[in-house]
Amino acid sequence: MDKVLSDRRAIAVFLAPALLLYSAIMLVPIVWSAGYTFVDGDPITGFEWVGLGNYARLLGDSGFWDATWLSVRYAVVATVLQVAAGLGLSLLYVFVLRRSSALIRTLVFFPMVLPTAAVAQMFVKLFELVPQPGPLNALATSLGFGATDWLGRPDTAFAVIVLMDVWRSMGFYAVLLYAGLVTIPDDVIEAARLDGAHRWKLVRHIVLPSILPVLVSALIFSINGSIKVFDSIYALTGGGPNGATTPLTLLMFRTSFNFMEYGYGSTIAMALTVLSLVVTVAIFRGARKDLTS
Amino acid sequence: MTAMASSLESRNLAAARPRRASSALKIVLGGLGIAVLVLVYVVPLLWLFASSLKSPDEFSLKPMWSLPEGLHWQNYADAWTRGNMAAYIANSAVATFPAILLLLLTGVMAGFALEVLRWRGRNVVLLTFLTGLMVPLQMILLPLFTMYIRAGLLNSPIALILTYTATGLPLTVFLMAGYYRSLPREIIEAAVVDGASIYRVFFSISLPMLRNAILTIAIVQFFFFWNDLLFALTFTTTNDSRTIQAGLLSFVGQFGQTEWGPTFASICISIVPTLLIYLVLNQRVMKGLTEGAVKG
Repeated sequence: MDKVLSDRRAIAVFLAPALLLYSAIMLVPIVWSAGYTFVDGDPITGFEWVGLGNYARLLGDSGFWDATWLSVRYAVVATVLQVAAGLGLSLLYVFVLRRSSALIRTLVFFPMVLPTAAVAQMFVKLFELVPQPGPLNALATSLGFGATDWLGRPDTAFAVIVLMDVWRSMGFYAVLLYAGLVTIPDDVIEAARLDGAHRWKLVRHIVLPSILPVLVSALIFSINGSIKVFDSIYALTGGGPNGATTPLTLLMFRTSFNFMEYGYGSTIAMALTVLSLVVTVAIFRGARKDLTS
Repeated sequence: MTAMASSLESRNLAAARPRRASSALKIVLGGLGIAVLVLVYVVPLLWLFASSLKSPDEFSLKPMWSLPEGLHWQNYADAWTRGNMAAYIANSAVATFPAILLLLLTGVMAGFALEVLRWRGRNVVLLTFLTGLMVPLQMILLPLFTMYIRAGLLNSPIALILTYTATGLPLTVFLMAGYYRSLPREIIEAAVVDGASIYRVFFSISLPMLRNAILTIAIVQFFFFWNDLLFALTFTTTNDSRTIQAGLLSFVGQFGQTEWGPTFASICISIVPTLLIYLVLNQRVMKGLTEGAVKG
């Protein structure tokens, strides 16, 4: 038995293809990228060793801090709204719609599988002002509010990005949390009801504690994804207006491929990596405290 | 006994009145909820489709929310040929499907090696795969770009196939290891005792038992690969090599301000493949995507 299950050649045959691919395409590039952070230049003009120069430049670069602030702000706002909307929706599924919620669950989940580029283009058209006002501006004008250049102003552009991502993913979080909610035994809820717990009290004291683990994994998944947001912003605003909605991912992309600054681009990628690790570890710690107390 | 039953009954009676009021409230609330959700989710998509059938005059003369007057299918023909959507879709398919096959083959085998086979250091290897879930993809972008240029693979589907496969491995290996862990160990041991080789155990016993799980992973990864924008933007630089997502953005960038109908049509075209798959397999897609999130 052990001879068969510990056969070295079999282990190599089964593991080698995946490990080779993964090493060549992910592990080596990660180390390679880390190496780029100490040099300046690009493959065509050649590289020059600058030591910690890129990191020093990072600290004094207001564009970097703006992008970091945008990434963090976006991650916090999007995570809170996505998970809160998903939670609200899942409560609607479980307590109000009950069995008849299957179709609506499937419908609201649907945008999650749509290509972000296409959804973003749809939102561009919905919120457009020039050359032709989109439906929302047309509606606003006819109601007497006046049209807004939604994607042309930093604050409203940020709001539209968040709105789009909440629209896209709240059905996903709702299904995630719904799966947690339906595992609460009916008699637990019935018993709490008989004891006089209603609505918010029921949600607050029975429902939320029961799905806390699922809620925490939803939060981790959401913040882990939204700190790395790229597709939605690239396709919706391209980082504009005037770079006002540029997160770290997009700053790295532009620095690297528009300005061919390999060293500095990699340094921004490194900062993003550190940021997402810090955020994930912080949430894990917070969550563990929550779950054990 | 009877006392208890009657006290229970009176409690139920007491609870009955507010219950009836709350069930009426529930119907109103539920109806309202459904109405709002349908409005927010169905109307924009219908509007998108309706707009894709409008003629150029309708865009310039009528408000954007008006219904199309005729069925201007010419928009789709324009998007398909002049807009290059046909080529973009073909490019996406040529990158996505081989990547899924390669990912399943390597990922399932690795999961088997890490969970069924017994050897030292397999936990370290599993953890190494898991780090791939944490690191932002921006961290591998520049070295890969350099590598693909040097190897002459820029604008080739091979660059995308390799990248998709490798970036899909962490989640696939992790999920597969989990599935293999839940497989009854006795079945594998019995097969080995009966003289089956390890390759036979893998192909004839483990694969059929995990067929469903493997199919779910394939579908989930399809959406990741098909909808990818970051790698497509980086590794395809010519119009002929673009995938559907990068191609859509390039088309909209060039013609979005002038050719309205074809722009809407191309957005619709880029949605159709995912829509079709979701129509048929929605329950499996929902289960697969949420599972990946909870475990990952």
